[in-house]
Amino acid sequence: MNPAAAQPSEAAAAATVAEAAERVDLGELLADSHVGEVLDELGELIGLAPIKARIRDIAALLLVERARKRLGLSGGSPSLHMSFTGNPGTGKTTVALRMAQILHRLGYVRKGHLVAVTRDDLVGQYIGHTAPKTKEILKKAMGGVLFIDEAYYLYRPENERDYGQEAIEILLQVMENQRDDLVVILAGYGDRMDAFFRSNPGLSSRIAHHLDFPDYLPQELGEIAQRMLQGMQYRLSASGEAALRDYIPLRMRQPYFANARSIRNALDRARLRQANRLFAMHGRPLSRDELMTIEGEDLLASRVFA
Amino acid sequence: MRITQGTFSFLPDLSDAEIHAQIEYALGQGWAIGVEYTDDPHPRNCYWEMWGNPMFDLRSATGAMHEVLACREAHPRTYIRVNAFDSTRGFETTRLSFIVNRPAEEPGFLLKRHELDGRRIQYTLESYATAGAPEGRRYR
Repeated sequence: MNPAAAQPSEAAAAATVAEAAERVDLGELLADSHVGEVLDELGELIGLAPIKARIRDIAALLLVERARKRLGLSGGSPSLHMSFTGNPGTGKTTVALRMAQILHRLGYVRKGHLVAVTRDDLVGQYIGHTAPKTKEILKKAMGGVLFIDEAYYLYRPENERDYGQEAIEILLQVMENQRDDLVVILAGYGDRMDAFFRSNPGLSSRIAHHLDFPDYLPQELGEIAQRMLQGMQYRLSASGEAALRDYIPLRMRQPYFANARSIRNALDRARLRQANRLFAMHGRPLSRDELMTIEGEDLLASRVFA
Repeated sequence: MRITQGTFSFLPDLSDAEIHAQIEYALGQGWAIGVEYTDDPHPRNCYWEMWGNPMFDLRSATGAMHEVLACREAHPRTYIRVNAFDSTRGFETTRLSFIVNRPAEEPGFLLKRHELDGRRIQYTLESYATAGAPEGRRYR
């Protein structure tokens, strides 16, 4: 054998080994993190297509970031503070809860719990009360997700001595410093959040992801109703289904319509009426089927049909 | 004289990462974390100043670590310790306590001998650090 000829092939073999060590299997990383399960659960939520797409993007980014880290490439951990805007009952809190799990599985936050707060939990009652109060909440939220519901109440432009501004400043500081151990999600109704961000540009620019929750379509609300009933171990009769189909568009036109929350309330009232109806049939034992079924009349008695 | 007390008294001083890990352990046990400091090193001094309130319901050590670092920055030349309090019925006491900061120079103690009647001697420990200097003006 010619030793000179053997050398290049050895070098090539060494290069392939080195290259193999330089490769990361994203599929394997995905399976390791179990984030797929949470994404699947998220897929079970009805509607919310743009939200799901964005969360998938974020999950992919974090996964790729993880792969890069494994090969020693560091791009700094991405900022993941978010704002959730949308009408009442569009699933902001539900998604926030899932978000905490996803971020935890991807190793972005250490514990993955959700601390849900409102203005009262952050803002104090007298001078010097706000800072310790806000800091205490932040400490509790570290390692997880801080979900500030109706965040616009933090800022009251009509009162310049309002302590809310102080809470916002502390939040800003922490959002900047603790990038790798706390994710802040600000949630609220769309138009008021826009006004809030306009008056606090510093806050808006520190939030990388603005997610807008769309209203549900009547058909999606129907599916949500079915899902809720399933969860409560009820079902609709054929007349019940027809009544629900008529009910949803009517309810949507009513004032104070709150998407899924209104549907839940409507179902709760239907359960009340069903119980009443069953009670009125006294004297006769009830079957399992009767106890489970919501009839059309239970829904048709609603005031939206009046 | 290097003063030791508490759970890891036999070890060299813990690094920040080790302190973080110990706090993480304590939180995992469901204990509450408190930070205390003092400039009176006498072993019988059990009343240390509290740095803020004890921290209940924390999930991650980052928040408590934040307080430790803040206390260290505000009082760099004092003794600082971390206490972990267990509220379980039957315990209701500190389960873990360790020093996380000490003054750069620790002058140690003077052993005072007080002669009594009949050749009896009473002993007293007095820290050189506290001798003559009121609280807040020691270890300068």
